[in-house]
Amino acid sequence: MIKHLRSAADLDAETATLILDTAGEMAALAGREVKKLPTLRGRTVVNLFYEDSTRTRISFEAAAKRLSADVINFSAKGSSVSKGESLKDTALTLQAMGADAVVIRHPASGAPHRLASWVDGSVINAGDGTHEHPTQALLDAYTMRSRLGTLAGLNVAIVGDVLHSRVARSNVLLLTTLGASITLVGPPTLIPVDIAAALSPATKVSYDLDSVLPGADVVMMLRVQTERMQDSFFPSAREYSRRYGLDVARMRKLPEHAIVMHPGPMNRGMEIAPEVADSTRSTIVEQVANGVSARMAVLYLLLGGKA
Amino acid sequence: MTAYLIKGVRLLGGDPADLLIADGVIAEGPADGAEVIDAEGLVALPGLVDLHTHLREPGREDAETVETGSRAAALGGYTAVFAMANTSPVADTAGVVEQVWRLGREAGLVDVQPIGAVTVGLAGKQLAELGAMATSAANVRIFSDDGFCVADPRLMRRALEYVKAFDGIIAQHAEEPRLTEGAQMHEGEVSTRLGLTGWPAVAEEAIIARDVLLAEHVGSRLHVCHVSTAGSVEVLRQAKARGVRVTAEVTPHHLLLTDELAASYDPVYKVNPPLRTASDVRALRQALVDGVIDIVATDHAPHAVEDKECEWAYARPGMVGLETALPVVLSVLGEQWDLIAERMSRAPARIAGLAGHGTDLTVGSPANLTLVDPSARRVVDPSGLASRSRNTPYAGTTLPGRIVATFLRGEPTVLDGKAVK
Repeated sequence: MIKHLRSAADLDAETATLILDTAGEMAALAGREVKKLPTLRGRTVVNLFYEDSTRTRISFEAAAKRLSADVINFSAKGSSVSKGESLKDTALTLQAMGADAVVIRHPASGAPHRLASWVDGSVINAGDGTHEHPTQALLDAYTMRSRLGTLAGLNVAIVGDVLHSRVARSNVLLLTTLGASITLVGPPTLIPVDIAAALSPATKVSYDLDSVLPGADVVMMLRVQTERMQDSFFPSAREYSRRYGLDVARMRKLPEHAIVMHPGPMNRGMEIAPEVADSTRSTIVEQVANGVSARMAVLYLLLGGKA
Repeated sequence: MTAYLIKGVRLLGGDPADLLIADGVIAEGPADGAEVIDAEGLVALPGLVDLHTHLREPGREDAETVETGSRAAALGGYTAVFAMANTSPVADTAGVVEQVWRLGREAGLVDVQPIGAVTVGLAGKQLAELGAMATSAANVRIFSDDGFCVADPRLMRRALEYVKAFDGIIAQHAEEPRLTEGAQMHEGEVSTRLGLTGWPAVAEEAIIARDVLLAEHVGSRLHVCHVSTAGSVEVLRQAKARGVRVTAEVTPHHLLLTDELAASYDPVYKVNPPLRTASDVRALRQALVDGVIDIVATDHAPHAVEDKECEWAYARPGMVGLETALPVVLSVLGEQWDLIAERMSRAPARIAGLAGHGTDLTVGSPANLTLVDPSARRVVDPSGLASRSRNTPYAGTTLPGRIVATFLRGEPTVLDGKAVK
């Protein structure tokens, strides 16, 4: 088993499949009266969050607690970090406290890589800058597999602000490793340069959402930050929504079995219409629930000494 | 003053001969009483001249001082360095440039020539007192806001025009600031993979294109700092073919290292302009051989540990380079000694109008020279650097060539590979 999960690229197909299978076992636990396993009793997991992210932090916290780990939540706000302590000094402190795993959320791309060079424990990337968010990709892959039965051969359209999306990067890496094909859709200003060469040759780019939808098994809508409009990535919210928003008419172009995903939080009415978000095709609520299972699987396998 | 007889040295790699130094110049016999230095197998080059050094004093003496930087320079085979203006306070007045110049004289290890800022506080708004710096004791001839581009085209035109009065030269850090907002590394495949905002090649090329047109329009001298892209080389090639008075430099690291190294997220590889692609490196090497790029300049940029041992995005750009420049160039060009002497000594001295440096080692010339052992190989050990900072990308790398001795006006600053003082 790998020691760290800094990038979805850390996972080969076998390891990723093992995590997804394990997540399935963890999901079964949620149906029990006592939702807890003793596996990580006596182990310490630190949630080191340099950015606000209640959703991800709670998900990791729930995952660690369901495995009986001791959880320390460390928020950069109001801590020594806000007084100027460096990441390295924080890492050495965590090291001295005997952290077995550090879950890090950080605004700087690559921060988990740096952290991993300073601590002995496992480092799990919970989102770094515009780089990656590998456990989000795992929960997305788990959701797709649960709904559609397989990942191999799936056509997945990822739509929107790919340039700034750590979710998109991790999904491209993980899903292509597991045999899916990806089409990135968005205005050219929001598609990163050399994306196929950078991440996976099994990646296509389209600027035309309507032409992609009929062949898509999965449509993953990305959140669009309103400040992108001020930066002239596109002319207006209205134009963006008309060209790249998923409304009911567009949803009808999808094949019958296709699902609609969103990592949340959503801009309802901007990148996704409320009717679409709340439709039976939407997996948005499931994704949240599956997040706990996927993160339990990651913690279990990284710290449990199995496999 | 001690006389030195350097026996059996190969001038620019030629046949072994004896070289006598007396009274600060290259002399002819007799060599009675001279201290003999056995230089069998060594190559003598004119002392190296660096047009682009950051000595950090005043302001960041924890990272480097004029003295420690001078020692690093001497150990790298340099006899003159040009200290960049982005100190604190900025070298934008006669007072600050004279301070740097005097500190260099007191250190006495290399000739330290200050570069003056083009604009007040490097802010790009108002011309600094260029004339006062030119007529100061420091005799400034090169002006640069390095680290910042003089982005305003009208201000750049004015600067180019104004320095004509004292044969000055504007050295531009070519970076279109709007195209590099938030940029962390070269824009391309690797930046996309790493999720780091890209610094596109066109941000450099567009400014160089603009500036050569401005320099041509007003008939002034432009020097382009640390050229890093193949496209920049083509812009320069065309400008030179038209007779524009433009010169250009490339750093050793841009001749050797690529953006792939950023994949480690180790900020030791973070530099501005950023490391580019392998095809850019090939174009830069060819341009250096062709003469489209005139010189190698180190962009020696020492940084304290805390400014590098952090997240990539928060790290300061730059790497130390004085002590490794010649070995890196040797590894890139091979033993093309005359070309190395031209690109690292003669041409930089000529561009800067620096008398007494970059001259051939003929009788009567100032004895500014360095002796190199080309057969030696050295594993770079950061803890052994004379620079006060340790941010070298070559830690653990084996590089060819060892600087055995350096002489400044006939006096050794380095002997047996060690600084004399």
